[in-house]
Amino acid sequence: MIGSPGVGSDSPASRAGHGILAVRAGSDSAEHAVDKLRLWKMMVQLRAYDERATLLQRQGRIGAYPTFWGEEAIQAATVLAVRDADWLFLSYRQNAVPVLRGLPPEQAWAYFRGDPRGFFDPSQFGCAPQCVPLATHLPHAVGWAVARRLQGGDEVALAFFGDGASSEGDAHEAMNLASVLRAPVVFLCTNNQWAISTPLSRQAAVDHLSARAAGYGMPGVTVDGYDPLAVFAAVTEAVDRARNGGGPSLVEASSYRIGPHATADDPSLYRDEAEAAVWREREPIGRFEQQLLGEGLLATQDITAEHERAASAMRAAGHRLDRMPAPTGEEMTAHVLAVPPPSWPGSSAPRFVTAEQ
Amino acid sequence: MTTSPAGPGAPEPVTLVQAVDAALEAELAADPRVVLLGEDIGRMGGVFRATAGLQARFGENRVVDMPACEAGFVGAAVGMCLAGLRPVVELQFDSFSYPAFEQIVCHLARYTWRTAGATKMPAVLRIPYGGGTHAPELHSDSPEALFCHVPGLVVVTPSSPADAYSMLRWAIRHPDPVIFMEPKRLYRSTRGALSADPDPEGLPRARVVRPGTDVTIVSYGPSVPTCLEAAEALADRGTSAEILDLRVLWPLDQEAVLASVRRTRRCVVVHEAPRSCGVGAEVAAVIAEHAMFSLDGPVVRVAGLDTPFPMFMLEDLYLPDPERIVAAVEEALR
Repeated sequence: MIGSPGVGSDSPASRAGHGILAVRAGSDSAEHAVDKLRLWKMMVQLRAYDERATLLQRQGRIGAYPTFWGEEAIQAATVLAVRDADWLFLSYRQNAVPVLRGLPPEQAWAYFRGDPRGFFDPSQFGCAPQCVPLATHLPHAVGWAVARRLQGGDEVALAFFGDGASSEGDAHEAMNLASVLRAPVVFLCTNNQWAISTPLSRQAAVDHLSARAAGYGMPGVTVDGYDPLAVFAAVTEAVDRARNGGGPSLVEASSYRIGPHATADDPSLYRDEAEAAVWREREPIGRFEQQLLGEGLLATQDITAEHERAASAMRAAGHRLDRMPAPTGEEMTAHVLAVPPPSWPGSSAPRFVTAEQ
Repeated sequence: MTTSPAGPGAPEPVTLVQAVDAALEAELAADPRVVLLGEDIGRMGGVFRATAGLQARFGENRVVDMPACEAGFVGAAVGMCLAGLRPVVELQFDSFSYPAFEQIVCHLARYTWRTAGATKMPAVLRIPYGGGTHAPELHSDSPEALFCHVPGLVVVTPSSPADAYSMLRWAIRHPDPVIFMEPKRLYRSTRGALSADPDPEGLPRARVVRPGTDVTIVSYGPSVPTCLEAAEALADRGTSAEILDLRVLWPLDQEAVLASVRRTRRCVVVHEAPRSCGVGAEVAAVIAEHAMFSLDGPVVRVAGLDTPFPMFMLEDLYLPDPERIVAAVEEALR
């Protein structure tokens, strides 16, 4: 798909000045018809979550928070493009993706208030916990996918990472390993052009990160990350290929990080915020709503009502977070080791447990 | 299989590396969740032949040759644990664990904790370690203290074929990640019979491998036979040394250390890892905290130098030998 024509001049990729060609979903994606209204509602839910989380941070109710404002199309379309049994391997900027799969928002936010109750059972949501070190979760996706294949499953692992993470050695090792093992993995790079203050030009010397796929012997494609249908089409194709034994793929969703890296960041120190303002006007939800209005799938009042409903639900989740009691000290030692070391409080010697048979 | 070493009950005693192979074979046969990952472990059977014959018996899907990417395949082992497998990873040499350090520290050791106990990480990382084999640079390190300092890991090391067999089978069944340090110098230096079954309970305990009354020599892994030699020399001089093999370096078997030291009232700790901030320091600290007034002399450490492991023409100067251990015991007895 790289090099295909029809790139709009307003695509984040082309505006970023790297000559990245983006594709839009065409009529050939009809076999994977997407429920556009469901997709839109998921994007609205993500937006409401993100804006509420930022507010919670500003009010001191949670700690530092990595916003994903503007990346809703990539995340929602991806969750729709995989099956529920497929696992998602997340970086911190996908912290709301488990919410799309049923994790209560207040539990997701508990993590950001430094509360161990933010931890959850990955198997319950098909989501590995958000990974803090860059790209180190990509090998986990490979191992999980290989294991499921060995166990006779047909699931696919999909791993999110970013343009900054693409420079890490673990990204390279994971993509190479996946390709050598023909593991059913989709590597989804959200290229938002900025790794804190480092622009893409200081991150990579290729025009588009998907070009690296060739070096791993896997297909690579760049899509417009502000276009949920384009993301859906590209991820669907990659997931189908993986599930059918065709091995891993690299999908680059070209984007622009409209907000700061995280709530503690001040982008005006290192970039022209007028550039971000341009992208803010093109943010994916408003753009998708214009399309849905044009197609007659939505009316203006539907849009207002859905945004209000989502915001209200997140406000209520915030109140539930506030009502969660503080964690106790015992939670520090819970789940660290089956046999506690003698140095722990109240532990004078290793206890004996029965090893799992 | 024809290339496999003798298993339990076989008439001939086996070497330590054959015991490792036999333990892997037994667990691969016993549990379909067990898979092996590593460099050159398949047709070649590993650079030390610790996996000889296993791919031929269990196939390429369970004995999986890996590209040269330690971070990648230790990370893959984490993912396999997420899916319910029990990966056993061979890191070819001690220093080859360093590329995987981030995966070990940030993920393997923390995953159970950061999933509220929902996800077990029953992986084993096998690491041939230590010097004394005239190996190339960065093939003789003793990095065990690095792993002991990471909360969430269990660090063990055998000193005999029997322990290598039973402890590795135990490690593969244990629900937490186990760093299994294999003393490569001992791979072929001794033979021993294998016990029939692994100990299924808790952690292996430290073990008195030679009882004595005048001094406790605490050691582990490749240094244990050296300590036994020293004990022979000390016996000739009328000193009765008790040798305590820690076996599990973390969590430390504090009770066993304290019980022995309270009896002998003297202690020498021996390891070939660098002297400072190592397992010996932890043993000395535990004794100081809990048995200070049982001591009749200072705890003395015999260890490697706080230098990079030397080029091998100098390794005999670096490694603890019986003479240094005897001298340290004499110092402790003063």
